Amino acid sequence: MNSLLKFITCGSVDDGKSTLIGHMLYDAKLIFADQRRALELESKVGSRNGLIDYSLLLDGLMSEREQGITIDVAYRFFTTDNRSFIVADTPGHEEYTRNMAVGASFADLAVILVDATKGVLIQTKRHTRICALMGIRHIVFAVNKMDLISYDKSRFKEIELQIKKLCLDFEFDSIYIIPVSATEGDMLTKRSDNMTWFKGDTLLSYLENVDVTDDLLKDTGFYLPVQRVCRPDRTFRGFQGQIEAGMLNKGDEVKVLPSGEVALVSEILVGDKKVNTASKGQAVTICLDREVDVSRGCVLYRNVMLSVGSLFDASILWMDDEKLVEGKNYYLKLGTKTVPSTVMKIKYKIDVNSGEHIPAGQIYKNEIARCEISVGSPVVFDEFKNNREIGCFILTDRVTNMTSACGIIRHKLRRDDNIVAYEMDITKENRSAQKGQEPFTLWFTGLSGSGKSTIANAVEKRLFAMNKHTMSLDGDNIRRGLNKNLGFKEQDRIENIRRIAEVSKLMNEAGLIVLTSFISPYAADRENARLIIGEDNFYEIYISTSLEECERRDVKGLYKKARRGEIPNFTGISGKYEEPVSPALTIDTEKISVDEAVEMIVSLVKEKLGI
Amino acid sequence: MNHLEVLEAEAIYIMREVAAECEKPVMLYSIGKDSSVMLHIALKAFYPEKPPFPFMHIDTTWKFKEMIEFRDRVAEKYGIEMLVYTNEDGVSKGINPFDHGSAYTDIMKTQALRQALNKYGFTAAFGGGRRDEEKSRAKERIFSFRNSEHGWDPKNQRPELWKLYNTRIHKGESIRVFPLSNWTEKDIWQYIERENIEIVPLYYAKPRPVVERDGNIIMVDDDRMRLMPGEKVEEKMVRFRTLGCYPLTGGVLSQADTISAIIEETLSAVTSERTSRVIDHEEAGSMERRKREGYF
Repeated sequence: MNSLLKFITCGSVDDGKSTLIGHMLYDAKLIFADQRRALELESKVGSRNGLIDYSLLLDGLMSEREQGITIDVAYRFFTTDNRSFIVADTPGHEEYTRNMAVGASFADLAVILVDATKGVLIQTKRHTRICALMGIRHIVFAVNKMDLISYDKSRFKEIELQIKKLCLDFEFDSIYIIPVSATEGDMLTKRSDNMTWFKGDTLLSYLENVDVTDDLLKDTGFYLPVQRVCRPDRTFRGFQGQIEAGMLNKGDEVKVLPSGEVALVSEILVGDKKVNTASKGQAVTICLDREVDVSRGCVLYRNVMLSVGSLFDASILWMDDEKLVEGKNYYLKLGTKTVPSTVMKIKYKIDVNSGEHIPAGQIYKNEIARCEISVGSPVVFDEFKNNREIGCFILTDRVTNMTSACGIIRHKLRRDDNIVAYEMDITKENRSAQKGQEPFTLWFTGLSGSGKSTIANAVEKRLFAMNKHTMSLDGDNIRRGLNKNLGFKEQDRIENIRRIAEVSKLMNEAGLIVLTSFISPYAADRENARLIIGEDNFYEIYISTSLEECERRDVKGLYKKARRGEIPNFTGISGKYEEPVSPALTIDTEKISVDEAVEMIVSLVKEKLGI
Repeated sequence: MNHLEVLEAEAIYIMREVAAECEKPVMLYSIGKDSSVMLHIALKAFYPEKPPFPFMHIDTTWKFKEMIEFRDRVAEKYGIEMLVYTNEDGVSKGINPFDHGSAYTDIMKTQALRQALNKYGFTAAFGGGRRDEEKSRAKERIFSFRNSEHGWDPKNQRPELWKLYNTRIHKGESIRVFPLSNWTEKDIWQYIERENIEIVPLYYAKPRPVVERDGNIIMVDDDRMRLMPGEKVEEKMVRFRTLGCYPLTGGVLSQADTISAIIEETLSAVTSERTSRVIDHEEAGSMERRKREGYF
């Protein structure tokens, strides 16, 4: 069985891409007789005065035929004695650049057409740039329409020079420049009597023989992004995915990211067959010799350096009609992981013509830009140039679901090194002074039903009456909005509290007094909140009502459900609550009334309140 | 990896992505050879688990008898859930391929599929479509999005980069997923041979009762077949390159009664597979039009 070459054709409108492929298939007798008949029939009513219009083989959509242009990628399949090919014929119109990128992301090699009568155009440069961006390492430049310039060797040499100059910007592994005529068939499948001066291979013969195997990647380690966990019953737990690099043997030690756990490979399945070894490209199921924390989006790896992080520098192609602005949130999919993300900073966009970096605040459709992207929780990745499959990503609009951009990771950024706090002219002090108050955060903690919200509410009413500017954060306004993507697993609860602390801090900086009412059962999280908000502004108030009393009250009926096992991880029943060691105040609602509690709290912060 | 292994791994990857990300997937099962290949790959993709989604056949009531027998036997053999849906309204109105032409396809296939997907609330449906079959298919993404009316918008397809499939949809929308997009007819046959996949016997040449109609060889599968004046039923050695409703499916004269003979015939074939499917002939762009309206 022969190997498979996936390639694309691209170039400007009317460069003759569809014609080139159509003619090559026709000449190489790679189309069926009925397709050939239909083509000859359709050509009779076409624009070439009855001569065969080879492009009709490829332009399949009705509106493409109406307009005589290619809108979307068409995939064609052919096999010669030497190789199987899938060719993606991509549109030349700038408007459809994103469809061209779709083709490029799929291909090992690009055939870029250059019109001999025009030479290298902006669109040639754009396409070369996008091919490079999407990871294509092998390029053929087909200088087409040689028939229209009388097969002029010196003109070809001029264009060849323009192309070589263009390629200096990129690091392609191979470049082949060939003069052709797509309509007349010169140098497509047979040598041309019109260009005896050109000694290279015909296009088809070159494509049949070009080696696109990635030498750089031959000796790499192994990694596999987990697609899904296969658990048909209690006895079997396998991790399914495709090996993206290297090979794996039964008995090998692998590591898991992001957890960092280590295990030995106890079994490898390729499809339904047990094997001892599997390698790059194979779809496998891997079993490990011990329980480790692995779910979709985790990566199994061995002998390879991967990063875990939440901030990186990337090149993107913007594909959405809606422009990109800094700070906007998208879902980012990388490998098998999807996470919320933010484009933190647009560093510059790239002039497709000159390659220059242009400062930009906004990025429009079909533009290439360099930016910094931060993700909501750490992802496993690598630089695209090292490990392609875990170095590229897409951004999805959270409202329209549109795939807004594709991008490749240039390098990791370390959060602390790279986000420099912006010097503001208006400070927390200014904002507080304007409101005539000193901001702080009252952090209420305690079991569900202990009375946190009731007391916080009463305190807020009192502060409001004192003309203080306040804000309450509780499950209702946080869980349903900001944190609605979080569940109740331990990591989610940690993240939940971290975000609440960050929001409280921001509100304090806005000059507001914040009251938070969350169970916040873990001492470590409350300590973290104290760090984020700042020791001086943080008051931990422990509502110490006993479990028995909370359960007796059971205002929301949650304890009953939890006792029936319907709520996993319910604090006090199936989840632990770590009592504060030294809270600013402890209030037991079995002994203290709400009014008394309000008095105690106001008294606690009387200096801040200026009373 | 050789070229079939690459294609198989790609199909497995796609199926696993759908199972992991889509809320309620289903695999459309047409009983044809492509469906047989899809089922075979699905069994491999999730092994030792059963495919984590049901299979569904849209039965127009005009399929070859052998197809229905095969479907039921396969479902039993692999212990998979096989849903069968028929547009009962169409049946009660007596819609048939003889009197109703393209309306028949619309009502018994397109409408039936839409009804079935709505009935069960499937958000993603695997189909065996391949890009080498037809020009508008050649342009379609692997993940092809449908609006709430199941219509396809070919001018505005969602970009599909690398293998980072964006499966996010709004309520009411759905996705058609084509894991065999990059396979050719020849690949399908070679894979069937390599993996020893069972297919409906109609694919193998055998003496069968047929009539010739408009240049097509139509099999007389039951007594509902209406003969035109001058048509006579003859026994001929035929096989089918694609399977569908028997009055609309043309066979080819052939002696190929083994997989290797079929492959040999396919390799030297002079006509593309879909010419034996009567509905595709009608006019240029007919497939695209039907897809816009919700055909698979």
